[in-house]
Amino acid sequence: MKKRKLNLKERTIDLLKSLCFLSPSLLGVGVFFIVPFGVVVYYSLIDGVGSKNFVFLQNFIKLFDNSAFLMAAKNTLSFSAVAVPLAVVLAMGLALMLECRIPLKSQFRTFFLSPMMVPVASVVLIWQVLFNYNGTINEFLMLFGADKIDWLQSDYCQIVVIILFLWKNLGYNMILFMAGLANIPKELLEVADVEGASETYKFFNIKLRYLSPTVLFVTILSLINSFKVFREVYLLTGDYPYEKLYMLQHFMNNTFRSLDYQKLSAAAVVMALVMVVLIALLFIAEDWFGKDVEG
Amino acid sequence: MKKKRYFGRGAMFLLCAVFAILFLLPTVLTITNSFMSESEINANYGMIFSTTTGGYVSKTVNLKFIPDKVTLSQYVTGLIKSPEYLLKLWNSIFLVVPIVIFQVAVAAVAAYSFTRWRGKIRSGIFFFYVILMLMPYQVTLVPNYLVSDWLGILNKPWAIILPGIFAPFSVFLLTKFMRRIPYSLIEAAKVDGAGEWQIFTKICLPQCRSALYSIAILVFIDYWNMVEQPLILLQDADSQPLSVFLSNINSGEIGLAFAMATVYMIPSLLLFLHGEEYLVEGIANSGSVKG
Repeated sequence: MKKRKLNLKERTIDLLKSLCFLSPSLLGVGVFFIVPFGVVVYYSLIDGVGSKNFVFLQNFIKLFDNSAFLMAAKNTLSFSAVAVPLAVVLAMGLALMLECRIPLKSQFRTFFLSPMMVPVASVVLIWQVLFNYNGTINEFLMLFGADKIDWLQSDYCQIVVIILFLWKNLGYNMILFMAGLANIPKELLEVADVEGASETYKFFNIKLRYLSPTVLFVTILSLINSFKVFREVYLLTGDYPYEKLYMLQHFMNNTFRSLDYQKLSAAAVVMALVMVVLIALLFIAEDWFGKDVEG
Repeated sequence: MKKKRYFGRGAMFLLCAVFAILFLLPTVLTITNSFMSESEINANYGMIFSTTTGGYVSKTVNLKFIPDKVTLSQYVTGLIKSPEYLLKLWNSIFLVVPIVIFQVAVAAVAAYSFTRWRGKIRSGIFFFYVILMLMPYQVTLVPNYLVSDWLGILNKPWAIILPGIFAPFSVFLLTKFMRRIPYSLIEAAKVDGAGEWQIFTKICLPQCRSALYSIAILVFIDYWNMVEQPLILLQDADSQPLSVFLSNINSGEIGLAFAMATVYMIPSLLLFLHGEEYLVEGIANSGSVKG
């Protein structure tokens, strides 16, 4: 049934009703997120909370001259560049494996999700036991005659954090992929089976095509989560970790202590812009791939 | 041919099993190590944390699964001898429970609005919510801090609770669930003369009961383990939740840390065992940014 076209009066009433239902949320979001973010944008454009002189882009130029910010941005990006693709590919692999009617499937699913509930503090303790200079991993390496590695105080530290990130996020990503796999029409796979298509063919020509929106979503989600890994890094190594682990959040936290609002606001605005671009790309890509699958 | 397939499946099973055990390891370790005595902990892990209280310390760190002697002494210390930890646990509950309840409540009303009425303005607002939801904490941190400062709630629990209540995550997820309710159901209620509030409470909410549950679980797990927000907005140690305080436990008391972490895990564990299907359903539905 086609919906009747509404006249102006009815439309106004509808708008008012919808705003009534939306108002508690909108009010809260406005007070706690929108208005203060507007102020952050304003702060990023003036020279000081006291003097309030409009300096346009000067704070941003200073920010991009700041070596701590550059290092933090570089580290965060290089961490994400490795961790995100791994998180996508491995999660897809796990989902595909669980789809192959293996026994204990639902137990495995529970196990993979279990990292979600472990408190960060005990994760950190266990990671310290594993990756300490005299820790379990080094003991294991020595069994094979390899040298000990100072995991947290050398360039290997990124590996430690990548493992932690994967451990924490693979389960969630895997569920997303399993949901994506469930959306593939069964008939299509059956036809392929009857036609004698190989597993590789089925994967690349059917499954991967249908999974492409999920791949994109998981990529963006993992990227966002890769910014969050700071929580663990901070508890593992404190305010000033080994240089390679100095992330954007360290920069924010340390700037926070000195209450340099201009620097802080500029950094927040830059990050927000990067995120908006990423999210817009996600929307465009979802539109594009969605059409491909539905058509 | 058939044999080959069985072999393949067996190999996959083994691979999955190895991965699964590795994933479960930290959870199991946390629980089993919480039953070790302090001296056993020191003997095994003393190397890492130099401030041990003496006794035998092994030269290397031994990852140990099963305690030599099962003891509840860590739990006695944490839960009975020092009230500190119970206080922090209470802080956690006091922060997280209101956030879960009110975030879902505010979201339910807002999601109804997004479901019931469409239009350019509303889809614009919805898009904005999605962007806000995906913003990393580094971006919202400064605005959060400023607002708390102006409202005079900085270093008070409200500084965590209020922004938590209005976080857009639940709105987004619940809207996706609600849009699956057949429109004819709402239309029929309208013909019968039901008002909007009645349609919302009598038809919409009962239809998405399981969705509400799965969102509540996701929100709970997220806030139960929060660290960043209290670190910045709640610097007064007395009001910090146990999730933050756990990491401050003196490094000489690792056993205690494990025991308290186990206690802290119990609510999530129960939710997991009881509502895993809902949890999975909730995650699966967050898998696309469109409504």
